[in-house]
Amino acid sequence: MKITNYELRIAKSVSRIGAALLVCGLAFLNVWAQNDGSQQNQTGKAGTFAITNARIVTVSGATIENGTVVIQNGKIAAVGASVTIPANAERIDGKGLSVFPGMIDASTNLGLAEISGGVPASVDVAETGSMNANAKAYTAVNPHSSHVNVTRVNGITTVLSMPVGGLISGQATVINLNGSTQSEMGVVPNFGLVINFPRISTFGGFGGGFGAPPVEFGEAVKRRDTQIEELKKIFKDTENYARAKEAYAKDKTLPYPATNLRLEAMIPYIRGERPILFTAERERDIRGVVKFVEETRVKGVIVGGQEAWKVADGLKKNNIPVIYTNIYNLPVRDDDAYDFLFEAPSKLQQAGVRFAISTGNDGAEVRDLPYHAGLAGAYGLSKEEALKSVTLYPAQILGIANQFGSIETGKTANIVVADGDILEPRTNIKYLFINGRMLPLTSRHTELYESFKDRK
Amino acid sequence: MKKITTLFLTILFIATVSGSSVYAQAQKNEVLIRNATILTASRGTLQNTDILIQNGKITKIGTNLKASANAIVFDGTGKFVTPGIIDAHSHTMLDAINEISSSVTSMTNVRDVLNPTDISIYRALAGGVTTANLLHGSANPIGGQNTVVRYKFGRPVEEFVFPGAPPGIKFALGENPKRIGSNPQPGQTPRYPITRMGTMEVIRDAFIRARDYKQSWDDFRAKKTRVQPRRNLELEPLVEILEGKRLVHAHGYRSDEHLNLLLIADEFGFKIQTLQHALEAYKIAPEIAKRGTAASVFADSWSYKLEAYDSIPYNAAILWKNGVNVSINSDSDERARRLNLDAAKIMKYGGVPEEEALKMITLNPAKQLGIDKQTGSVDIGKDADLVIWTAHPFSVYSRPEITMIEGTVYFDRGRDVLQRAEIAKEREALEKLDVNKAPGSGATQPRVPSERRIEERDEADLVNGGNH
Repeated sequence: MKITNYELRIAKSVSRIGAALLVCGLAFLNVWAQNDGSQQNQTGKAGTFAITNARIVTVSGATIENGTVVIQNGKIAAVGASVTIPANAERIDGKGLSVFPGMIDASTNLGLAEISGGVPASVDVAETGSMNANAKAYTAVNPHSSHVNVTRVNGITTVLSMPVGGLISGQATVINLNGSTQSEMGVVPNFGLVINFPRISTFGGFGGGFGAPPVEFGEAVKRRDTQIEELKKIFKDTENYARAKEAYAKDKTLPYPATNLRLEAMIPYIRGERPILFTAERERDIRGVVKFVEETRVKGVIVGGQEAWKVADGLKKNNIPVIYTNIYNLPVRDDDAYDFLFEAPSKLQQAGVRFAISTGNDGAEVRDLPYHAGLAGAYGLSKEEALKSVTLYPAQILGIANQFGSIETGKTANIVVADGDILEPRTNIKYLFINGRMLPLTSRHTELYESFKDRK
Repeated sequence: MKKITTLFLTILFIATVSGSSVYAQAQKNEVLIRNATILTASRGTLQNTDILIQNGKITKIGTNLKASANAIVFDGTGKFVTPGIIDAHSHTMLDAINEISSSVTSMTNVRDVLNPTDISIYRALAGGVTTANLLHGSANPIGGQNTVVRYKFGRPVEEFVFPGAPPGIKFALGENPKRIGSNPQPGQTPRYPITRMGTMEVIRDAFIRARDYKQSWDDFRAKKTRVQPRRNLELEPLVEILEGKRLVHAHGYRSDEHLNLLLIADEFGFKIQTLQHALEAYKIAPEIAKRGTAASVFADSWSYKLEAYDSIPYNAAILWKNGVNVSINSDSDERARRLNLDAAKIMKYGGVPEEEALKMITLNPAKQLGIDKQTGSVDIGKDADLVIWTAHPFSVYSRPEITMIEGTVYFDRGRDVLQRAEIAKEREALEKLDVNKAPGSGATQPRVPSERRIEERDEADLVNGGNH
């Protein structure tokens, strides 16, 4: 009976998606004339562009009150108060407008889940099993997800999309929000390994239905310690596996070590060649990560980080940055200050911990990234730091600051032109460039709007 | 279980943060807000203006207003004042949300499960919310009765209930009521309905029964029969709907089924007061406008389930242009704290003017709930439900400093910050109590960290069986 119902639901879901696509199909007839692509992968137009007379918020340096940005061959060719504009450049009058680097959300599941609730066929965020080091978000991110356009038209041009679930979830990818294929979107295809760092949880589980009695605290600590031992064993196994392979490479008389895709995938991470994204929120769990990083010498990043500021010394000592995802969350404890999670970024900043602000969202609400940063700005963080926390800082943490995160000559032209402070909800985005391509400001939402706004 | 620790801390918290009743009482008489920018939500913006509050009511709005010597004075220089935010869809402070055992639970009322110590109340106050429509969940085509409250955190629960607010009830269409039927526990019979067809028939059937029930009473009162009908607590609220005495708040997403409900209401001769969520309402805006039905929507949530996939942030703007009364709600303890920013988004998506956007979290929900005579705008004669902000409330950098209800301060950021050290100290002392000691240290009970209940919204019901 359950299976029948489930199949029924799937069947209905599919037909409903069909109906939705039909609506879109009708909708994009309206905008077809202005665009060069289909609904989800409008790739915009390439060319040489000059945004003139604009306020240029470079982020990395001083703001230029009245200047020009030249975009050529996908790059920022020139920035300044007086620059030479190439003769073939398409000029955009930036009077009254401000130019920002595209925002970067360093922790999302964008493209991995189209409809997060009730449509499992559209969700690819979590593999089954607890050790999935070889699962790569890069292979499952849907370039044609409607979340791509909806997100970028609000000024977010680059995201990290990561798998979740289990102990080792898989590898996160860094992508630009434009392109018809993964490779066109990819910035760092396999950026980092996601490990849900074992935490002390007294949650009783679903055994006897929801609300099973919580386990004793001491038991929860033991459970956590066992999981950390499991994790260490995987690291050890990987090291042994790698050594066996290396030994065989040098001496072919040794037994051939069979390939193990999961351990193979772990190698660059246990050797500190690529970062490991540890999800952790509470102070004790973050201390656990710090200890683990000290012991294993891996390159660690905290994702989540509610109480990370309480571990500032350990994080700084081990150069562990924090991708903070808790602005739109409620404080956990009743007696936490009401602004406990709004204030955390400012405390990280004051303590000198490297950090970025992220939505931590599965896709649909990643477009709220500027407001996450802005709210941190209302509770202690300066406006400048708030802006950096969604541009330059995530670029640095993702290791792409040589190309992204600020407006500097030679960097990739991921640029947003807006009629005000980009972190303010009333601000309108006027122009959008990714990889130097000028993109239409259309999305599933503008198209449905156009279809119905004049219905009588 | 965990409740014990939570209770201790909560009681402590209420006592220290919200509660000094001397402080609360002192402000009952006279409060003056001086020289603020006032966003009235009814008559535009007033610069450098004073508001005088006497006995909880706004008595004067003007310049150079005089107050008596013992009045509490707030300097509003550089600050903004708005009406208290009204959240037209909330489940804050409810200890239970869904009575899922039946498809029609009109006999239930969330009034019976109000928890005045829910910390989310205080956090909503800190986001400028003063009033909320507490709704039954969305598990049933016809759910339970709602209660409109003001967030008088620290006061007895009776004082929360909004005096004179007309009674209402929750209806629900679409995935949520369907799902309850579709996912029976092992050994249970599926609950009718499991389709949108069945959902409409449950509602039609209930109103036919209500009409018959009403007839039996009308006949009795007209002395056509001497046999008094037996009272039916399920049907009485539905009779009140038929008589226009109870407001229907109808949860739904797809435009076709909301339209079907409007047609059923036409058939039985009543009005749907509000469509809740109504994320596709923009597709049937003229039909909604024609019936005088209002809409209470999310600013821009979408794609979290199939029936939210056609949701667009321009929904409110299209409805507004069609003359529909629109409010922006939270349906979430978390989101309730930033409804000001949700209203700001409405300006961006579809070009709704500032005051119209502000109305969507103040005067419009007040009208939807039938409490606009008392609250919802900064006008003489209304209750002083007001928020003082550090900057324009549509700015992301803005923050409430003071939130007051009927002239009494329920949130004061200055006081909150001052009390933090004290709270930390008391927490430390509490943790040393025998009852809170770690196991193995001679304590009588194991220490269990208190965790909040999981934040819920309509779609977040997979783990706890709760539909909102």
